[in-house]
Amino acid sequence: MSGSPDNLGAFRIKGAGRLTPARTARFTFDGRSYTAMEGDTVASALLAHGVHLVGRSFKYHRPRGILSAGAEEPNALIDVARDAARRQPNVRATVQEVFDGAKIASQNRWPTLKFDVSAFNDLLSPFFAAGFYYKTFMWPKEAWAKLYEPFIRRAAGLGVAPTEEDPDHYASRYAHCDVLVAGAGVAGLTAALSAASTGASVILVDEQPEVGGALHFDAAATIDGKNGYDWAQGLAAKLKAMPNVTVLTRTTVFGYYNHGFLGLVERVSDHLARPGRDLPRERLWQVRAKRVILATGSIERHMVFANNDRPGIMLASAARTFLNHHGVAVGKNVGVYTAHDSAYEAAFDLKRAGVAIAAIIDSRSHLGDAVLAEARSLGIDVLTGHSVINTSGRLRISSMTVARNGGSNARKIPVDALIVSAGWTPSVHLFSQSRGKLRFDEQNQRFLPDIYAQDCVSIGACNGTDDLSDLIDEAIAAGGGSLALSGENRFEWTGGMIGAAEGAGPETVVKAFIDFQHDVTAKDIRLAVREGMHSIEHIKRFTTNGMASDQGKLSNMHGLAIAAEMLGRPIPKVGLTTFRAPYTPVTYGTLVAHSRGLLFDPARRTPMHDLEAAEGAEFEDVGNWKRAWYFPKRGEDMAAAVNRECRTVRAVAGVFDASTLGKIEVVGPDAAQFLNLLYTNAWDTLKPGKCRYGIMTREDGFIYDDGVVGRLAEDRFHVTTTTGGAPRVLHHLEDYLQTEFPHLKVWLTSTTEQWAVIAVQGPKAREIIQPFVEGLDLSNEAFPHMSVAECSVMGVSARLFRVSFTGELGYEINVPADYGPAVWKAIWEQAEGMGACLYGTETMHVLRAEKGYIIVGQDTDGTVTPDDAGLDWAVSKKKTDFVGIRGLKRPDLVREGRKQLVGLLTKDPAEVLEEGGQIVADPNQPKPMTMLGHVTSSYWSENCGRSIALALVAGGRARMGETLYVPMKDRTIEVEVTDMVFFDKQGGRIHG
Amino acid sequence: MLLIHCPYCEEDRSELEFRWAGEAHIARPENIAAISDEEFAEYFFLRNNEKGLTYERWRHIHGCGRFFNAARDTVSDRFLMTYKAGLPKQALPETGASEKTVETYEATEGDAR
Amino acid sequence: MVDPVIRSLPLSGSYGGSSAVRLEAAPPAERLSLRARPEDVAALSGALGLDLPVKPKTSASANGRMALWLGPDEWLVIGEEGAGLMQEATNSGVTHSAVDISHRNTAILVSGPGAAAAINTGCPQDLSLAVFPVGACSRTVFGKVEIVLLRTAVDAFRVEIWRSFSDYAFGLLSEGARDAAF
Repeated sequence: MSGSPDNLGAFRIKGAGRLTPARTARFTFDGRSYTAMEGDTVASALLAHGVHLVGRSFKYHRPRGILSAGAEEPNALIDVARDAARRQPNVRATVQEVFDGAKIASQNRWPTLKFDVSAFNDLLSPFFAAGFYYKTFMWPKEAWAKLYEPFIRRAAGLGVAPTEEDPDHYASRYAHCDVLVAGAGVAGLTAALSAASTGASVILVDEQPEVGGALHFDAAATIDGKNGYDWAQGLAAKLKAMPNVTVLTRTTVFGYYNHGFLGLVERVSDHLARPGRDLPRERLWQVRAKRVILATGSIERHMVFANNDRPGIMLASAARTFLNHHGVAVGKNVGVYTAHDSAYEAAFDLKRAGVAIAAIIDSRSHLGDAVLAEARSLGIDVLTGHSVINTSGRLRISSMTVARNGGSNARKIPVDALIVSAGWTPSVHLFSQSRGKLRFDEQNQRFLPDIYAQDCVSIGACNGTDDLSDLIDEAIAAGGGSLALSGENRFEWTGGMIGAAEGAGPETVVKAFIDFQHDVTAKDIRLAVREGMHSIEHIKRFTTNGMASDQGKLSNMHGLAIAAEMLGRPIPKVGLTTFRAPYTPVTYGTLVAHSRGLLFDPARRTPMHDLEAAEGAEFEDVGNWKRAWYFPKRGEDMAAAVNRECRTVRAVAGVFDASTLGKIEVVGPDAAQFLNLLYTNAWDTLKPGKCRYGIMTREDGFIYDDGVVGRLAEDRFHVTTTTGGAPRVLHHLEDYLQTEFPHLKVWLTSTTEQWAVIAVQGPKAREIIQPFVEGLDLSNEAFPHMSVAECSVMGVSARLFRVSFTGELGYEINVPADYGPAVWKAIWEQAEGMGACLYGTETMHVLRAEKGYIIVGQDTDGTVTPDDAGLDWAVSKKKTDFVGIRGLKRPDLVREGRKQLVGLLTKDPAEVLEEGGQIVADPNQPKPMTMLGHVTSSYWSENCGRSIALALVAGGRARMGETLYVPMKDRTIEVEVTDMVFFDKQGGRIHG
Repeated sequence: MLLIHCPYCEEDRSELEFRWAGEAHIARPENIAAISDEEFAEYFFLRNNEKGLTYERWRHIHGCGRFFNAARDTVSDRFLMTYKAGLPKQALPETGASEKTVETYEATEGDAR
Repeated sequence: MVDPVIRSLPLSGSYGGSSAVRLEAAPPAERLSLRARPEDVAALSGALGLDLPVKPKTSASANGRMALWLGPDEWLVIGEEGAGLMQEATNSGVTHSAVDISHRNTAILVSGPGAAAAINTGCPQDLSLAVFPVGACSRTVFGKVEIVLLRTAVDAFRVEIWRSFSDYAFGLLSEGARDAAF
């Protein structure tokens, strides 16, 4: 790449700035091609070519330019693209570095930036005052959703989000340090060195590509006898070489949370023309710091005067940055309007670089002799006690109208840029996020850190320490080390104002902007107060001041001062709005980081998952588990597959993967006693080798979980829980064991994933598994229903349960998980040969419903007692204590008429009820009807040749044979109340 | 994100490893089957939910697995101390910070109404 | 009549890493979740042939097996296949709970100069050598799953994880390994 200084822009000043002309980059802005220098921001590169107009404002579509040179920029928001998918709207042109090939576009204009149809809004601005949306679009109500909101949404909003998936990836990292330093200006760099010299681990963070902070613009400061900026780069190199220091540039501390926890975003590759494929776009750092040093500096404020938003009007420090860092003049004939000394230094630098200074307009009547003398020696006109009361110029400022304060004879002074300063606002955002409390510095009209809530210290400009020597001393002390370092400023700055300037006071109707991004004017704040908003939080929401993506970094203090004036209350009594994270906008990509695609959430697969998939299984999500749902054969839809599976299981047998069932091993001499306390059942009477269905209630008496528990030995139980309930139940058991019954000698271990569980259910189940089981007599006599044994299956030590959730003869083979696939394969080969099928969770659900077996969480909802569910037999009447024993006696739990679980049969056997359908006694009663209950489970039962359902119905068991109704949207379904068992009512098959 | 001292691991760990487990020092009545409805309601349903100092249980569920007790200020989220399960309510260490503030919305909510 | 049983390992076929981190699945191992009260630790230590650690976040290693302190009454004991840890624990004759979890867990070995950084992609613990030295171990979180982390060398870790979470953990470690190379 090459480029002569000429095509780098007419406003480049030879010899100025720190960029290297040899390294250039080409980019386009709204389709037009420009050449920039490496290290340019989009803002500096456009200014170099004399481009000030970069966007349209949010509400009035007024032409807008570049206001700042940093992260606080409210105006110059652009769309940055590499390609169709790699495109980001609402990027600050003052932050985005130019890279070769960047496609930059302006926003919020149509059809073009120079001619924007919606600029018409500006003429209607009397109608768009604060609160306009709240008041105008109230009536008619229906119009809101159909008319107003779509219109506003189209018209409002700045950028347009890309529609394609983000192809970039984002990294994340946890980190720890003794000291985190936020901000690498003079204060931050000094504090980092001081801390690092003590041996502490230090993370130094700065949002800019290079360290230096205010030294980017302040070319006059000397530190350690060197030019300030050069000193900073040298120190950064030294810090980077230290093993206990991490220097993160292009990194923003966006949030300061509890207990020293900070969120950082590092922009890793947004500045690169061709980032490597493995390089993340951004990296999220989650840092836990023992101590935090805030050296976040301060932000210059603009002056609030009529038409202060024209392109070409910018902060004095920004103009100085563009000149001293980027080598760009912001104009050829620059006006200055200020209430603070800092603008003088900007004027001096510009003047020395050959830029004409039209005049310095200072609203103050008195100021320091030193700056005045310097101005005089440079031949710059200074008008003290004057104000800029208006500006003109359609797409760029062309003149400023100046008048003596309180006087009348205004005059127009032609300018092509106007730099402004109303003083500096300390950046206390992170301090406030840490829950620190501020105090108001009356003399300097600023909020400063006062009471700290965390182990944190503020230094430098964000702490109100302006003098360079004092700042260095403060930084050294904050770092805890001892360094010899001195610094010197050219001028001591004084002055500053907040609120509206001369000519924009309450008596006027001019547009003096305080919040550029949301188009909030001084007048809007006053209107809000007049309309009764007396809290600053209400004023903020009514006017949307400070609610744009820049969060009012420039506007908050002005808004506050204007509100205070209107309210006649001192500023500290009006109060600040709350500073919230993030400090600057953070992409969703960074917050999401790796949690997308396959890593969005863990997908838990059973050991047999791949074998099931190979057999054509469709899977359903149960918690994080992928469970085989049904196994369609060619040409079968879900209903056909489930019907076939249901038939086959009862006619022959079926093989089912039950591995996800929660399993807890309860071991210890007090195991039975512990289970007695946690289940409603009695466990001391269960003999080793036997199983029992158990119900767990909470202390309030409601069903919490259920499952089969097998006793393997006197001191060892194999407890099963519902698939979804496993972690919750273990937590519940641990809670009681550790905190209520710690005297019991028993321990709990999750074994859910130790075992692969192969259920074989159906009349041929025994025949199928027999050949594989060694060392166990499977006959009914030796191994009846509800037995458990440790045995060998295919040479693998296994736990065999004779249990059934289908009502058929059934076994559940538990083998160590790694052996699951081999055993499954062998069993399935044998079963298939005998005409059995594979079945999934849907068939499992139907078969259990045919038998009236409940599913906790489907047929119960946390307000169902064992008796409500028809399971009172499982509640021991002999025990003197168990969790739930007292809750079950509560008056409401023993009253008549509680909802009880019953069966429902539709009058039309082909009609399948909807789960959740409400049940009423009289479908013709006036609305709202009295609901008796609802349908909890409903299926087509192929084995019954009709639909079946379970339902919770008030006083249900006393309603056997009664006809009830399920009103639907388009019809009413007649049902009959029955018992819950629909198939094999005698229950003989289970013992087959 | 909170940083919590586990009294069993004897170390500060990220909140991510912990689960909150409700108010502390509520003992399950020994004779629970015999208590009155009012006593049961007191034990099971009613919680103080105080603003400010609160005694609560946490479980280091993704660490040592232990339940333990903590004294925390729910306004500042500061942990005053943590101690092992089964120990009685502990006396608190002295804390400084008085409340002198520029009011933020949270502090002036009452006025704003 | 039945084919010899074939063992299917989770993570079989998984490989990964970057120039800074190597990721590999650990070979199968025998694993015991061991629980006991303080008064029975000595007897169990004797029976297992290594001193069960009683200090938080520490591990012990002897006779081809390791014991990781997970909690005040909980250890993860890892031995070679066929070590017979269950029987040895039973031989101690003292009250305890030993549960075979050889197949519940699997392990990923993470090594290389970027190993700690790769793990810190999803693990909130401080893995600096001063705070998490060689031999340190802890149950903790990694992204959205729980792991047991053991530092086996200055730049090597063993990540024990439940088998159904191992794909996720391996995937996230791969992302961490990629980023740790920068």
